[in-house]
Amino acid sequence: MVTAPIAELAHALASKRLSSVELTTALLDRIDALNPRLNAFLARDRKRALGEAKAADARLAAGNATPLTGIPVAHKDVLMTAGWKTTCGSRMLENFVAPYSAFVVERLAEAGMVLVGKTNMDEFAMGSSSETSYFGPVKNPWNVDYVPGGSSGGSSAAVAARLVPAATGTDTGGSIRQPAALSGVCGLKPTYGVCSRYGLIAFASSLDTPGPLAQTAEDCALLLNAMAGHDPRDSTSLDRPREDYARLLRAPGGTKPLAGLRIGMPKEYFGDGIDADVAAAVGAALAEFRKLGATTIEVTLPNVDLSVPVYYVIAPAEASSNLARFDGVRYGHRAAKHDDLSDMYKKTRAEGFGAEVKRRILVGTYVLSHGYYDAYYLKAQQVRRLIADGFQRAYGQCDLILGPTAPTAAFKLGAKTADPVQMYLNDIFTVAGNLTGAPAISIPCGFDRNGLPIGLQLQGNYFAEGLILNAAHRFQQATDWHRREPAAIALETAR
Amino acid sequence: MSWEVVIGLETHTQLSTRSKIFSGASTAFGAPPNTQASAVDIALPGVLPVLNKGAVERAIRFGLAVGGTINKRSVFARKNYFYPDLPKGYQISQYEIPVVQGGAVTITTKDGVKAVRLTRAHLEEDAGKSLHEGLSQAASGMTGIDLNRAGTPLLEIVSEPDMRSAEEAIAYAKTLHTLVRWIGICDGNMQEGNFRCDANVSVRRSGEAQLGTRCEIKNLNSFRFLQHAIEFEIRRQIELIEDGGTVVQETRLYDPERDETRSMRTKEDAQDYRYFPDPDLPPLVIDEAWIERVKKAMPELPETRKARYQKDYALSSYDATLLTADAATARYFEAAANALAKGLDLAAVIPEIAKTVATWVLGDVAAALHRADIDIARSPITANELAWLLRLVVDGTISAKIAKEQVFPNMWEQNLAADQSGSPHPITGVGSVTLPAFVAKMGWEQISDAGAIGKIVDDVIAANASIVAEYKAGREKALNSLVGKIMAATQGKANPAQVNAILKQKLSSASA
Repeated sequence: MVTAPIAELAHALASKRLSSVELTTALLDRIDALNPRLNAFLARDRKRALGEAKAADARLAAGNATPLTGIPVAHKDVLMTAGWKTTCGSRMLENFVAPYSAFVVERLAEAGMVLVGKTNMDEFAMGSSSETSYFGPVKNPWNVDYVPGGSSGGSSAAVAARLVPAATGTDTGGSIRQPAALSGVCGLKPTYGVCSRYGLIAFASSLDTPGPLAQTAEDCALLLNAMAGHDPRDSTSLDRPREDYARLLRAPGGTKPLAGLRIGMPKEYFGDGIDADVAAAVGAALAEFRKLGATTIEVTLPNVDLSVPVYYVIAPAEASSNLARFDGVRYGHRAAKHDDLSDMYKKTRAEGFGAEVKRRILVGTYVLSHGYYDAYYLKAQQVRRLIADGFQRAYGQCDLILGPTAPTAAFKLGAKTADPVQMYLNDIFTVAGNLTGAPAISIPCGFDRNGLPIGLQLQGNYFAEGLILNAAHRFQQATDWHRREPAAIALETAR
Repeated sequence: MSWEVVIGLETHTQLSTRSKIFSGASTAFGAPPNTQASAVDIALPGVLPVLNKGAVERAIRFGLAVGGTINKRSVFARKNYFYPDLPKGYQISQYEIPVVQGGAVTITTKDGVKAVRLTRAHLEEDAGKSLHEGLSQAASGMTGIDLNRAGTPLLEIVSEPDMRSAEEAIAYAKTLHTLVRWIGICDGNMQEGNFRCDANVSVRRSGEAQLGTRCEIKNLNSFRFLQHAIEFEIRRQIELIEDGGTVVQETRLYDPERDETRSMRTKEDAQDYRYFPDPDLPPLVIDEAWIERVKKAMPELPETRKARYQKDYALSSYDATLLTADAATARYFEAAANALAKGLDLAAVIPEIAKTVATWVLGDVAAALHRADIDIARSPITANELAWLLRLVVDGTISAKIAKEQVFPNMWEQNLAADQSGSPHPITGVGSVTLPAFVAKMGWEQISDAGAIGKIVDDVIAANASIVAEYKAGREKALNSLVGKIMAATQGKANPAQVNAILKQKLSSASA
């Protein structure tokens, strides 16, 4: 029972078949048992979690609960969480306790969710494998020799191993969707501006997007309902009328629930470089969508092949500036010994940041420097606009765009750490969504020859979250990929 | 060989908003270190800037006042550099597209009137302060950081290199200082660093078309320092070139104690600030309606008011300039002049009345305020009270001398004491103790009775035969001596014009 999706747990809680304290206790025990193998969690606080669970039970009893009240959740350690260590997976913030909470953390707490811990991640969300964490790599619950994807790999692994029914993530170039794909869970990147970035430790401000990871699209809709909303503390937060992202999901389905939906298949997403198992799984999913009533159409996404190079100019540029505040002056790591101010800066940052973070700071500093700005940063922004224009033209012909989330299933730990470009190419299908700011989801759609999950990405135009979630939900009603659980972990537990 | 000096100024004016430009923390001066620094100001992880509309409104006001273009869309950029008092590791400023472009400021010097063109004015945040002194024993030898000032809104006003002398640069700085206070966008307190100038100075041989290499002198926070720094820099550059050297483009600091500028950094070690648009802030959009709202609330500008004073009050350019040096002084002058002219034939009396009021406001009133360190807006002698006093002078009830030496100081002391104890001023325009009644009670009324004056004149002539003889022998100055004795005999109360006339008449008739 305790490993069920949110929607089912909420029923159990509402009908008093289960209390939040029972649920939370069971999951905390499960975390204690499994986390040593997965390293998905950094901070945990049993006492505090049970306190919140007790309060949630009282709220459930009082009858003013939300669909999320009493449901345990974990937050990616990039989100400021008051009173909790918030490390961003970095030595720089190893002992940093957040004095305030991020907007999405506040919102989920207000909804009554029970915070059980903070999840591991690539350092400062820079990575696609969750291996760059200062606190050690996260392991894939389907096979602990493999990576869970990244940077929200702690969150995706936690949900995949059923340690929590929901976790938050942040997606800057695919950091929710790619780990969701590689870990076999659902991960939604909302439209930029729908969820406030307040309290999200910035990596690349124009791309960073908080969003939910959960077992089902339906659960993602419930979580987004709580996480979305205008926040005057974030100038890029959008002030839109409140939306129920689960509304379409409740409509009667029938045999052709997706009749009228036009799904675009970009030829750029079905070319070379895609693993055969991934291509086959995505092809089968496409057939399933047709069975559900959707029509498919070939579309083109001009310049989308430039997404990765564009991304790796813009994201490091913003990061090089965003991470300047970690200078050892006011908080965080400060080198113990230094000769003068300049030496203090150098040693602090040399010790505090890992190799991938340094690499991106260097790249970002380079592309912004005098004489290179026009050729790199400005050009990248221009191409970014062209890519967005290409998507707009495609949405003239279709409602959603379907393709693989990542070109392959999970790879082995260490397999790509020596070759950053190979690692970056993992984001080839996801970065465009960040460059345009449009929403997308990754849902499980099969397994490869090694028994590792494969993710399907559904992208939509701005504010098409409802449409995306509904299509994903109808697919999940007709299939059971999302219900599969990692056997390896089950065996571990039994042992 | 004659030299031409070329000067441009960059002025940082602190905008008078109550809260900071990107956070809700207070901008009040003088609080204990780091008590007015919010999470945003100290750049905690995850915090974001939110633009203060009040700062934008002040920038619009400035743009309108100088006739510049208010950009409908301007962009905030990050200027990246490391310094301990710069918490984010970058300063949010405007780079490629500032909020205001163009415009001009009109300055008046002894050479006449001149327009100094403005390049731009852009919004930005101030940095914090590094404290090297006054730290605790434990922290001695270390540097303290006070982030109270971090995030304070600034409008950086950049002029074209239109000034040709230190005098013009000072006139420009003073005019700008007046303007920003006048339109209420900056308190202008230079000791608190509300108004700081960087001067770009170069020299070239007269007639040369190309500009010389410039040096920038940073952070001049008084007009005197600005003047001395520019004068020193001009001398230094001319001497350098005349001795066969060349000027190196560099940033220099002015040392007031040694009255010289010193090199801080050269162009070679200039930093690469890696400007790029701040992704945390959408472009600043200012629509026509906003500009119109600000326009409607704009006060009459000093230049317009100065022209009006010259036209309507027949004041000299000099007096009009001084009276419009700040809004409170102008308001005081206008209130006093209008009160004094009330009920009189305006066209006939204005020139004389306005001159009298201007002389008093710029003279005795200003001096007394300065001595007591009181703002003119809170003057113990209000504009109305000054008008009552001057009315007595104008209608001949008291002499100007008595007004200056007796009535004004007396009224000042009484009113000041009343202000300090929070009670109303004892002498009023109406009621029991009117000013005329008070003057009469004190026996300060002018003696304008020809008979009475004639009698005193006769006495003085009789008692000073030798001086009378000197005058009659052709020594004109002897008359002054006699007038002095007559005034002394009346404790200065005799009407001087009448004394003169009667004395002359009596002396000439006596000789006939």
